[in-house]
Amino acid sequence: MANRWTNKLTRSDVTPEPIFMNRRRVLAGLGLGAGAAAGGATLLGGMPNAAQAQDALDPNPFEDITSYCNYYEFGTRKGDPAENAHMLTTQPWSIQIDGLVDKPGDYALEDILSQMTIEERIYRFRCVEAWSMVVPWNGFELADLLELAGVKPEAKYVAFETVLRPEEMPGTRYPVLDWPYVEGLRLDEAMHPLTMMATGIYGKTIPNQNGAPIRLVVPWKYGFKSIKSIVRITLTDSEPPTSWNKAAAREYGFYSNVNPTVDHPRWSQATERRIGGGLFARRQPTLMFNGYEEEVASLYEGMDLKANF
Amino acid sequence: MLADAINKTARRLPTWALYLVLALPAPWYLYQGLTGGLGVEPIKALEHALGEFALQLAIVGLAVTPLRRWAGVNLLKFRRAIGIMTFTYVFLHLLVWLLLDVQILSQIWADILKRPYITVGMAGFALMLPLVATSNNWSVRRLGARWRKLHRLTYPAVLLGGVHYLMLVKGFQIEPLAYLGVICLLLALRLRLTPRPRLA
Repeated sequence: MANRWTNKLTRSDVTPEPIFMNRRRVLAGLGLGAGAAAGGATLLGGMPNAAQAQDALDPNPFEDITSYCNYYEFGTRKGDPAENAHMLTTQPWSIQIDGLVDKPGDYALEDILSQMTIEERIYRFRCVEAWSMVVPWNGFELADLLELAGVKPEAKYVAFETVLRPEEMPGTRYPVLDWPYVEGLRLDEAMHPLTMMATGIYGKTIPNQNGAPIRLVVPWKYGFKSIKSIVRITLTDSEPPTSWNKAAAREYGFYSNVNPTVDHPRWSQATERRIGGGLFARRQPTLMFNGYEEEVASLYEGMDLKANF
Repeated sequence: MLADAINKTARRLPTWALYLVLALPAPWYLYQGLTGGLGVEPIKALEHALGEFALQLAIVGLAVTPLRRWAGVNLLKFRRAIGIMTFTYVFLHLLVWLLLDVQILSQIWADILKRPYITVGMAGFALMLPLVATSNNWSVRRLGARWRKLHRLTYPAVLLGGVHYLMLVKGFQIEPLAYLGVICLLLALRLRLTPRPRLA
């Protein structure tokens, strides 16, 4: 079911990408930046910390989003995916949906898309490495896809798998991770209206380096949970293994919710740096559940988030 | 043959020329960072570029003695320049981390104590301080035999640099392992398999 969640900002608030940088410079030049944003947000109906949220939801330019990626199947440097991901064949594409579902099988991507309503969601994106972006995704809710396959009542978790084609993915020649990349969500997380399957960015087909042709986006979790180029979705009754947890269990938990009060063992998660601020960009505070606390905190009621990091 | 050619060139090349050449990457990286040449996240890019160049210089410095002993290539007169420039790039790397990356003073101190890869990096930097302070003719004369002993601190310092790099990457990655492998090899060449005859 599309449109269950709506942005506090709509597309009309998004300045087209070529002029958005200029506008920001004009505002800064007039000394109006924060003041104007706060005034506008108040008129829109006072959400907490409105000025900050409004400013934070100016999407990063297409160039930022598509040139600075972690997609280790194409190499471990940030520019490697943009350089190498063109090798990946994304057509034809199908997703094998199996496990505890009523209608297991291979679902051709075009058949899935013909039954979905594509909408735009402007989400914050917070990497576990303490950088962040704001991305205007196009896609549909994962819940709609799961409903298509029919989730059996005994299913409790959803496991995801990224395509593994060593001949098209030069990074997989090295055992950086235990390929193929796998991820997982609890069923209630997967069914949450914020959780989406993205097929586009800025209204364009999603570039290969960003997880073409179809990827998961879970905006309140660290970026690595949002698994790319999905070929398999399995409904299970037990917690599925996840790649980064297998690589370093001490550093990456199953939940990996964005949480400024739980540090990564090797760096603080209290602050983050928005990509695109240049050499002198200031750090900004990281928000609980990446700013989606209102929407998702209830999923974790009574849970110790330090133990279940 | 090749060794002779290198030695001949090295004899003619003044050391200030090497200082100049090794100093060039720093302003170049800074210029790139300011003009978008380092990508959309120039802070980390600059930090990593400076750190990696420092590690490469440190390895070149460690190679001077083995090159002389096993290949007959004599670059001894450049060793001080290499060492001082290694320190310079480690220092710049540290400055970028402090001022541009972490920014928050209280967090810097917490990071040094709490994050092992930063502790290791800082330890390596600390070991370099007495080295750079005594990289001058006056200190060499003054310290005499103790100077050689003191400058063996280079070995743990470079090793800590290599370990620092290995510890900070995510997952199993080849590059830091390659650096550490080369460092270990260069250090192993210094182990004496047979004890030197002692002069009574």
